[in-house]
This record gives sequence, structure tokens and C-alpha cells, in this order.
Amino acid sequence: MSPARILRGLPDGLLWAYAIGVFSFLVVPLLVVVPVSFSAGMYLQFPPPGFSLHWYQDYFGDPQWIDATRLSLEIALSVVVLAVGLGMLAALAIVRMPFPGIGFIRMLLMTPLIVPSVVVAIAVYSVYVSFHLIGSFIGIVLAHTILALPFTIVLLVAGFQRIDRRLEEASFTMGASVGRTFWHITLPILRPSLFAAAIFAFIASWDEIIMVIFIGGGAGTTLPLRMFNYLRTEINPTIAAVSTLLLAFAIAVFAAAEGFRLRGAARRSGGTV
Amino acid sequence: MEKKARPGVARWMGVLPFVLLTPGLALVLLLFLYPLFRLVAQSLLEPTPGFGNYLEVATDPTLWQIIETTLIISAQCTMVTLLLAYPVSYLLSRLPRSRANLLMMFVLLPFWTSLLVRMYAWMVLLGRHGVINEAVISLGLSTKPYPLLYSRFAVIVGMSHFLLPFMVLSLYSTMIGIDRTLIEAASSMGSSFRQTFLRIYLPLSLPGVYAGCLLVFILAMGFYITPALLGSPQETTISVYIQQQIQELNWGEGTAMAVILVAIVVALFIVYDRLLGFDRLFRDVGAQ
Repeated sequence: MSPARILRGLPDGLLWAYAIGVFSFLVVPLLVVVPVSFSAGMYLQFPPPGFSLHWYQDYFGDPQWIDATRLSLEIALSVVVLAVGLGMLAALAIVRMPFPGIGFIRMLLMTPLIVPSVVVAIAVYSVYVSFHLIGSFIGIVLAHTILALPFTIVLLVAGFQRIDRRLEEASFTMGASVGRTFWHITLPILRPSLFAAAIFAFIASWDEIIMVIFIGGGAGTTLPLRMFNYLRTEINPTIAAVSTLLLAFAIAVFAAAEGFRLRGAARRSGGTV
Repeated sequence: MEKKARPGVARWMGVLPFVLLTPGLALVLLLFLYPLFRLVAQSLLEPTPGFGNYLEVATDPTLWQIIETTLIISAQCTMVTLLLAYPVSYLLSRLPRSRANLLMMFVLLPFWTSLLVRMYAWMVLLGRHGVINEAVISLGLSTKPYPLLYSRFAVIVGMSHFLLPFMVLSLYSTMIGIDRTLIEAASSMGSSFRQTFLRIYLPLSLPGVYAGCLLVFILAMGFYITPALLGSPQETTISVYIQQQIQELNWGEGTAMAVILVAIVVALFIVYDRLLGFDRLFRDVGAQ
């Protein structure tokens, strides 16, 4: 039976046409950067006057772009380690050792999600000026970790809550130590949540722009900051090449995450049905 | 059961949660809550102690204008995303789960794409020599390009594109829980589409509508990049204004505006919490 028929009188075709329109609005604008990046024209022209890899050469041949990319990657990977590590410790305490007031602490850890980024950015900026952390690697990593932490905590709290404690108890009963049990039982069960938390932390840092507008710059010019400065001054198709590469990267990460999620979902439903 | 017999271990277990929470909490306290507290102090102390900055905001019509612009843009984005998302979420919620998951990828892909890539894409589409203008001219619909970019229109389109997934997810999570048999019962008793929708489906979907609208409105209030890159000076939102003030080292007024923005957003989050419960936020957005 056709699903839309539930509301009788609403034509199926109309609903689908509307949905396809909305999906196009979401996806098609992203794809428009691809033809521009292969354009032979010197400035933004549509349709492109010819095929060329000129703008990719521009990107790969320019140390400033490459350095910015490497810096962003290093920052994002550091943020993954810090945010997932700290998030796991906090989630462990929240789920396994609740004490009066834990709800309040949990809320405190979530507050960076609520406050608009510009406000967080200027607040951190005014502190960093006093501590000479502007443009520093560690400064950007710590600031991004603040933004990533709420995501990793939420995902890992959910992960810990799903663990069947009896598995760990069985391990204790058979004489395994706390450490051994954690390593061989808890961590493997937690793996999908850890993976999700790592991806969220990575994206939170990799795409972050508002914070670095204030606390980055100089040696701390990340890829988004360089793109932002570019978009404000000159628009040449180099940025289209960068955008196409980023889009391909995003689709790859997204596909990996979806694959992981669907496989996990299949395994879970296979287990319960 | 567990080794509670040993007093040493029990004492260790008592402090362990604090030990585990300390690193994360220290980071948030030092780099978030303390700076935020300093921000409030600055708004009251610079350039001279007192409520001067807030009086300035209250009496300066340009600043009122900026707050009003931000509220109007946020409201417009909320309307646009609701209109676009409602039928789509309805369709997704009625499809078999596997197909809905597949289509949900279209909704989630923009989520994963860098904000700046999206901004650039809209510039390519809406610019003077952009895709839309070139198409319009080559089709002979107009002789000169429309000023689409650097306008209110561009800001609303760019922001709605960003915010739409949040609206879809909020609506979807409510709609998927609506009992189909209620709607089938109404239909089988001869109720028309209009009646069934207005009397049964719409009221049942309202929690999702509230959740989506509040979330989108809250997020829209804090937008900086989109109005800065796609808007004209007339689209100066609170966030853009704050950034400009700080750049000009006008800390007093900038921080006062920041405190006002946080107050509005926190007030809306309290409404969200009272109405729907804060946990719902993570269920809606985190589920995917």
C-alpha cells in the first residue's frame, strides 16, 4: 500500500514532487561547485568556458593552502583525541557513578552548545589575549575541544547506557580485573559510540570558523579561516577546487559513517528479531 | 558482589566520579564559563562602570533595528523551514524504515558539508554572473542580472538551507510516533483529508512543530557567517554587530550586545526545556 494514502485525499504524486523539490534544494546547490572547479575561465563563469585542472594546481602548488589544510587536520585530530578521551571519562562518571548534583554538572558540560558561537568566540578571545594564546595551536585545540565535548559526552552517555552490565559482571565473576574487563568487554561494545563521537568531534573542529576568526590568524590560519578570508576579498575558482575536494571528503566520511551505522543497525535488529 | 568489602576501595570509589569529571569540567569552567563571566563584567565596566552600555542599546534606534532585524530573519527562516520540512517529514515518517533512511541521506548530506563550501555554492548560484542570472538572461527572461546576492533573500535562502535538516529531524521524530490507526479510523469513518489533517494529524504533530521551530529560531538568532557573507549592511544581525564592535575594540557595547543575545537564547532554551524537555534535543538531532 502506498504510504501517503494514510491521509486520504492527499495525492501521492504531489507529495513526492514536493519532497523531491526539497531534496534538490538541499543537495543540488552543493554540487554546483564541481563544474566551476574544472573551469578554464579566469573568474566565475557559468557555464564554464572549457575544461582545466588549473585551479587544482593552484591549490596543490600553493604552500599557504597546503599548510592551512595540514594545520586544520592536525588540530581536528588532536581535538578528536581530547574530546573523546575527556568525554569518555565524564560519561563513565555520569552513567556509572551518579551522585547528587550530577545533573547540574552534566548541564554545565552542555552549555557550550547553547551559547551562540560568536559570544563564545569573543569570550575566549578576551581571555586568550591575556594569556598570549592567539594564533597558537594549543589555543585553537582547547577552544575546539570545548565545542566538541558536548557532542562526545551525549553520544558516549548513550553508549554506556546501552551496555548490558551483566556482561561485565560475568567477566568479573570469572576473575577478570576491572582493567581487563574494560579493555575486553566494555570498550568493544562501546566501539560504535566511540566512532560516532570521534566523527562528530572531527567535524566540529574541521569546519569550525567563527572561533578561529577571533583566536586564529597568523600561524594559526586554518583551512576554513583561509577560505573565509578568500570569500570576503576575491572569488576565483581556486576556492571551487578546495570546495570540491572538501565535498568529496565530506561524502567519503558520510558514507563511512552511514555504512557503519547501517551495519550496526542490521546487526542489532538481527539480534533482537 | 563487587569488592565492597575492602574499605580502601570504597573510599577510592567515592572520589572516582569527581576524578573522572575534573578534566572536562576544568576545561569548560576555565575556557567557557569564566570567559563568559568576564564578558558580563566587561559589559558593565567598560568604558565606565555602570549600565551605560545597556542604556545605549535601549535608547539607540540603530541597535533596536539590529535586534529587530535578527528577530525577523530568524522568524522568516523558521517559517520557510517549517513549510519545506513538514510535508517531507510526513512522507519520510510514513515510508518503510529502510527507504526513509535512504532518503534521509539527502537531508543529512548538507550537515556534513563545510559551511564555507555551502556559502561559496550560494555565491556561485546567486551572484551577478552566477548560475541563476546567466540562465535567466540566456533564456531571454531578463536583459540584466537580478541583484540576488548580498540581500535579505540570499541570507534567508542560505540560512534555511543550513537549518532545514534540524527542522526535518525534529518533525520526523514526532511524526514517526503518531499512531497510524487513529488516522485510518478517521478516514474509514468518512472524514475528509482536511478534517483528518486539522483535527487529528496536525494536533498530534504539534510537539514536533514546537521543537523544530524553537530549535531553528534559537540557532538562527546566533548566525554570523551567513549574514556576513551573503547579506548587505542591512542584514547586520546581532552577531555581525558584536563582531564589528570587538574588531573596533569597542568592548563595552560589543559585550553588552553579547549578553543580550545570550539572554534571549537562554530564555528560549528554558521555554524548550519546560515545553518539551531538554533531552528531546539530543534525541531529535542525535538519533541520526
